[in-house]
Amino acid sequence: MMIEVITGLCLWIGSLLVLIAAVGIIRFPDLFTRMHAATKVGTVGIIFMVLAVAIYFGEIGVTVRAFLVIVFFFMTAPIAAQIIGRSAYMIGVPFWEKTVCDEWAVEKKRGDTSASLHEQGKL
Amino acid sequence: MITATTFLNISINAAMIILPLAILLVMIRLLIGPSLPDRVIALDMLATIAVGMIMVDAISTDQIYFLRAGIVLALVAFLGTVSFAYYMLKGPNDD
Repeated sequence: MMIEVITGLCLWIGSLLVLIAAVGIIRFPDLFTRMHAATKVGTVGIIFMVLAVAIYFGEIGVTVRAFLVIVFFFMTAPIAAQIIGRSAYMIGVPFWEKTVCDEWAVEKKRGDTSASLHEQGKL
Repeated sequence: MITATTFLNISINAAMIILPLAILLVMIRLLIGPSLPDRVIALDMLATIAVGMIMVDAISTDQIYFLRAGIVLALVAFLGTVSFAYYMLKGPNDD
């Protein structure tokens, strides 16, 4: 009785958050803001759906596997976003015109050599 | 007054409508995305939504085996994203 209601609420919240993430991917002006929408909101939406599965079945094996999926998403989503953003910065994807902060370019202008590892072929 | 089971069925049907809508929006970004990282992010998001659809399907068909398929799909999507980032960084002219 109560389990069905909680499962349904988790499904609603999760699917609406995923829809919000998809709208953010369409509507944001920049690669980096799009990445932010996809990673954060999408991860939380998926976690709500996995929680719905864990609550609905209510067995120890299913709950452990659902917890495994949650931990996996929490571990891999920031890594994937960071590595994609880093590669995009390296190959020169343009910023939004209202971006106010680019600390790496400031470091490069100051003469820091760690930014030029890509030109040396060490990456 | 609706019962709890009816509410669950409504929720499953709503999720099965909302998630393909999200897939449609992400597919638009996958088609028009101006740069390659945009498309990679859209592909990653597609895999994430697919995991969500697998979870909804597991609830609606009472099969717990779909959960394992979700784990595998999440792993493959992460590896794909990382390898795309790696080869983007290496550039098109390297071996």
